[in-house]
Amino acid sequence: MKRLSGLLFLAALFIVVMCLDALAVDKCPYYGDTIVVGSIGDASTLIPMLASDATSHEIAGFVYNGLVKYDKNLNLVGDLAKSWDISHDGLVITFHLRKGVKWQDGVPFTADDVIFGFKLITDPKTPTPYAGDFMEVKSIEAPDPYTVRVTYKEPFAPALSSWGDIVVLPKHLLEGKDITKSPLARKPVGTGPFMLKEWRTQEKIVLEANPDYFEGRPCLDRYLMRIIPDPATMFLELKSGGLDWMDLSPIQYKRQTNTGFFKNNFNKYKYLSFSYTYLGFNLRSPLFKDRRVRQAIAYAIDKDELVRGVLLGYGVAATGPYKPDAWFYNPNVRRYPYNPAKARRLLAEAGWRDTDGDGILDKDGRPFSFTVLTNQGNSVREATAQIIQYRLRQIGIEMKIRSVEWTALINDFIDKRRFEAVILGWTTGPDPDIYDIFHSSRTGPNGLNFIGYKNPELDRLLVEGRRTFDRKKRKEIYDRVQEILADDQPYVFLYVPMALPVISKRFKGVEPSPSGISYNFIRWWVPKNEQIYMTR
Amino acid sequence: MAVVKYLIKRLAVLVPTFFGITVISFIVMHLAPGEPIGVQADLNPKMTPEMRERLRVQYGLDKPIYVQYWRWLNGLAHLDLGRSFAPDRAPVWQKIKERLPVTILINTLSLGLILLVAIPLGVASAVRQGGTFDKVTTVVIFLFYAAPSFWVALLMMLCFGVELGWLPISGLHSLMGYQDMTILEKVVDWSRHLFLPVLVSALGGLAGISRYVRSSMLEVLRQDYIMTARAKGLPERTVIYRHALRNALLPLITILGLSLPGLIGGSVIFESIFAIPGIGQLMWASVMSRDYPVLMGNLVIVSILTLIGNLLADIGYGLADPRIRTGAHGG
Repeated sequence: MKRLSGLLFLAALFIVVMCLDALAVDKCPYYGDTIVVGSIGDASTLIPMLASDATSHEIAGFVYNGLVKYDKNLNLVGDLAKSWDISHDGLVITFHLRKGVKWQDGVPFTADDVIFGFKLITDPKTPTPYAGDFMEVKSIEAPDPYTVRVTYKEPFAPALSSWGDIVVLPKHLLEGKDITKSPLARKPVGTGPFMLKEWRTQEKIVLEANPDYFEGRPCLDRYLMRIIPDPATMFLELKSGGLDWMDLSPIQYKRQTNTGFFKNNFNKYKYLSFSYTYLGFNLRSPLFKDRRVRQAIAYAIDKDELVRGVLLGYGVAATGPYKPDAWFYNPNVRRYPYNPAKARRLLAEAGWRDTDGDGILDKDGRPFSFTVLTNQGNSVREATAQIIQYRLRQIGIEMKIRSVEWTALINDFIDKRRFEAVILGWTTGPDPDIYDIFHSSRTGPNGLNFIGYKNPELDRLLVEGRRTFDRKKRKEIYDRVQEILADDQPYVFLYVPMALPVISKRFKGVEPSPSGISYNFIRWWVPKNEQIYMTR
Repeated sequence: MAVVKYLIKRLAVLVPTFFGITVISFIVMHLAPGEPIGVQADLNPKMTPEMRERLRVQYGLDKPIYVQYWRWLNGLAHLDLGRSFAPDRAPVWQKIKERLPVTILINTLSLGLILLVAIPLGVASAVRQGGTFDKVTTVVIFLFYAAPSFWVALLMMLCFGVELGWLPISGLHSLMGYQDMTILEKVVDWSRHLFLPVLVSALGGLAGISRYVRSSMLEVLRQDYIMTARAKGLPERTVIYRHALRNALLPLITILGLSLPGLIGGSVIFESIFAIPGIGQLMWASVMSRDYPVLMGNLVIVSILTLIGNLLADIGYGLADPRIRTGAHGG
């Protein structure tokens, strides 16, 4: 963010901010009612830096704030930090904190809480999976109670987003205590829009609006999450009126929710999710070393057919690791429209021909046959594999499919690099950094570049992308990253699925955006005459 | 005296059996691919190898397996089942304590329902062997036995919950307003919620027990003393319910004793379908996340239940049949 200067400009900004604040507070036409949400799994802990499951983060996200957050268009904006400056060399980030924010027990929030959270997450005794980003920090200090200055060893662009809601914790409740045994795991005290009211394990989690929230009290009184492990039961609960909000599967979205009942009572939404599914090749295998072979396979797969067949149309064909509505998406990369003739030609160029007439291509006496692994129980991926198998067979490649239980797949095959190809997916984020997945330094043991992909130009760009804060420059860097990946095809990027939530019609103010639907949750509201849960 | 000696003998066998179970479970658990930190670490871009190692050390996974087992056993000796590896690091006993009562309640209710229906059904089938009643009940009972319980559960939920709207679909009690209910209203609320889960879990067990009662009854009815009783001119009701049934139910003791641990295993399915926070779900979750301490805690509970079930069956049998406790055979 640019350093702002000039009194006049500051004054103007102040007025704008005041107006926005006033607007934000006025945005609730009515208060009240409860939203009942279905979740497959329970939360595990509500201390964000210890949690590794989606439900815990979802709930903790309502209770805690970070210094920064993403807005509807995936721009980083201030949360507990009003603003921030980045030094010209990119090494120092100075956060200017909001004043007057209080923890839910009434104690004021200050820079000490931020520094405490940082020390905690980097403490070797804290069992957290998120310390990595903070290990890049050289020093941290608080020149005054509302300023935090962080100095990095090297410029690190993902650093800014790492100051989201994982790291800020109440010092006055945790100092000198063992975080793994803290009562905050079950009874969190945050600065966020909701406070925990009740948590019954494997049953429900109830949150209540924080009347003193710094952005104004949420319009809804309560958020109630019900834990229903069986998806079929959850759908029946939705039908019987026991739920207001759940995520549908493509088949439920398309075929099972077109009744009068659903049309009268629910709104369905769809937006691209932060994830993609890919066919990844083990590039150490002689079969896939030749780029032309990988490109041929990309041409042989009809991605639109996959989207239609397995996602019932609720997704888009992927061209790279990013979803098309993200600011860093590059639409102008090499594409692979379904073209079996071209695929055969490329394979022939690479020396693969059917010399013995058995319908399978061969080279040096070896038939083109390999096994693809995917995780058991994921029917979408299994169906994807079957369609790809059929398409590859048409160009003379035999692909066998093997489904393996998740943990065994990771430990026995992926970590040990004992596979030829995999069909898996990545959850992506609002930052384009994909260093850990594609940088050649990550091909070692346990590294996420398990396919063994190495490209010096890409390596250089991925490092550069991490060292640059300027969004325009980053866009240029990641545009090129996408071009390289599209040319090289270390993965055949298959599709980006859609998130398909359904929400009771009485909730107003729901607006899908590139960041999803939850970004403005505290401004969702229910007209007085439609409220059904009275809590006051 | 014979009974005491018999009991001591049975108890002496229990201890090594229990340790055998825990050793084997511990080894098998560690042989399975994956480890607890996998949930946090597998394919997580933010997880560096150093962080991974740090977690392993914290959970004590860097130690050899016998050291880990010894530590666990030491804890057990002090009645401490350890702390869960899940991020909440909650004591294992606390987790089990929260869940066990619900599972026991549902299983007791369902066992009660099974006995209430299966015994009269088995007796009636035996008495009218080969008749229409016997044939019809056989078919119906086997239909329920053969149908997967999750499917029966969903059909019932669809019928009674969604279409008719008579019963709630899932959960233990109402979400809203439960706190403000009177005791009576709470009981009604629980009963309405538990009706379907208890029914579904009972339907599967019904077939086994009723068939068992039927064949046991048939066998007893062929005995000489029944013929004697009839010859003495006793009314048929007295013959069947006083003389035959009492003897026919004896073998049921063994079956019930052995079915104790099976009930917890069976809970996994209906607890997740009906969203009931019981021990079955806890067990399933701890298996999936390789939460060793919780898994071992559950195994201890199930082992103890199995052993107690066996012991009770043995004692019950011994009391009922003197030949067993004295070791006498034949006759």
